[in-house]
Amino acid sequence: MWTWFYKLASPPYVYGVAAAFMPWLLGLAALAIGYGLIAGLGLAPPDYQQGEAFRMIYVHVPGAILSLTVYTVMAVASGIALIWRIKVGHAVAAASAPIGASFAILALITGSLWGKPMWGTYWAWDPRLTSELILLFLYVGVMSLRSAFEDPLRGDRAAALLAVVGVVNVPIVHFSVVWWNSLHQGATIVRLGAPKMPGSMLWPLLSMWLGFMLFYGAVLCMRLQAEVLNRERQASWVREAIKS
Amino acid sequence: MTVGAWEAFFLVIHRELCLSFRRPEQLFQPLVFFLIVTTLFPLGLSLQLSALRDIAPGVLWVAALLSSLLSLDSLFKSDADDGTLEQLALSGQGLTLIVVAKTCAHWLVTGLALVIVSPIVATALGIPTSAFATMMLSLALGTLTLSWLGAIGAGLTIGLRRGNVLLSLIVLPLATPLLIFGAAATDRAISEASTAGAVYFLAALCVFTCTLAPWAATAALRITLE
Amino acid sequence: MTHDFWSMGGYARYVWPCYGIAGAVLAWNLWAARRYVAAAKVRAARALAMASSAAR
Repeated sequence: MWTWFYKLASPPYVYGVAAAFMPWLLGLAALAIGYGLIAGLGLAPPDYQQGEAFRMIYVHVPGAILSLTVYTVMAVASGIALIWRIKVGHAVAAASAPIGASFAILALITGSLWGKPMWGTYWAWDPRLTSELILLFLYVGVMSLRSAFEDPLRGDRAAALLAVVGVVNVPIVHFSVVWWNSLHQGATIVRLGAPKMPGSMLWPLLSMWLGFMLFYGAVLCMRLQAEVLNRERQASWVREAIKS
Repeated sequence: MTVGAWEAFFLVIHRELCLSFRRPEQLFQPLVFFLIVTTLFPLGLSLQLSALRDIAPGVLWVAALLSSLLSLDSLFKSDADDGTLEQLALSGQGLTLIVVAKTCAHWLVTGLALVIVSPIVATALGIPTSAFATMMLSLALGTLTLSWLGAIGAGLTIGLRRGNVLLSLIVLPLATPLLIFGAAATDRAISEASTAGAVYFLAALCVFTCTLAPWAATAALRITLE
Repeated sequence: MTHDFWSMGGYARYVWPCYGIAGAVLAWNLWAARRYVAAAKVRAARALAMASSAAR
């Protein structure tokens, strides 16, 4: 039963799987994002409170959810790499960090643009916004720490530890709107009970979320190939692999 | 001769304290930095003492954070440089025990010193004496948490070329909840509102960090030492 | 496409830059990843060439 897990610990296997999956993930992502854009921008009715401005949700929310998801993936991969000494875990973490950081930047900027018409301000030191900013700093810290070491394995392990320590911020970002009086609205989808949005608005959002997830998967596959190559340069399988 | 765990613990603390007091200038530098940074704000803003009161908690805490960062250098670096850290790691006593002892000793000479000096700074910033107790309690809890966060960061960045900058990059994001609740506690104390919530939260953060950070800091040291 | 689509009920200067930034982030991810993989393959080829010439 665990053979698939053991196989994933093998760098050449992971390289092959990543190369094979990438085009499919990218294609499906394009479909999901395409549908999400058409339905979200064209078909969904305007919100009775926010008017057309609510359509920013279709990029802001998926970006924000992804920034948290990617950090969690990075932290889990780092934990696996640290505990079981599986180097592929470090490759996954290293590949994920820039992607997650870009999504965090997306969430912050689109959130800021959404905040101006809705709250009257581009920024507020509110728990959700502050903790998401801290998440971005953590991403930058992990990437900086990894590159600061001359020995790449040591850099990997140090960055992995920081990623695991920083994962405590992820539930803080998610629950910040529950625990504190926040300017930011509460959880609409990822909550106990039915989602609070009508279907015509919800389906495009779910599709964009799925599309962004698939997109992350595709880019992860690309970066993972590079990260595996960087860590396994001298291995014999590399010669055949890079011929493609 | 074999040494028991408690004995080893107190031996390490004793060693750290002896070394610190042998170079008193090293102890005073972060404190002087703390004093200087807090004086920069009133000079730069040229406010009346009564108006300073509003920004005093934030200024106090930011200065405490920055001077703690400054002092974190002495936690592992000098021992790592001359090889003592590796000897301690090989000594047969658990590395976690040694890390806990070093961090406690570090807090005694930096965090506790900051707490003792804080009334002077508070007076300069216009904080009323009625708020001192809460301020000192919150600073004590906060600097202890910071020492532990700093131990993790210091463990990860020993011997790196731009280690100081990286250390700040790692520790400051993790320390923002501290800043928020520490300043809130002092602020509430100044306006004579109930400080219980903020202080309890600070205490919770402190307990959480003191419980988990030793393992993280030990892991960090093992990564850098091996 | 109604006029409201482009003006977004008056919010156009917030909504369209949002989508622009989103597009830029997605595009950057693809472009940067492609460059990264290409660079990694070049480095790997170079390392293999050096290893095999050293072995000779």
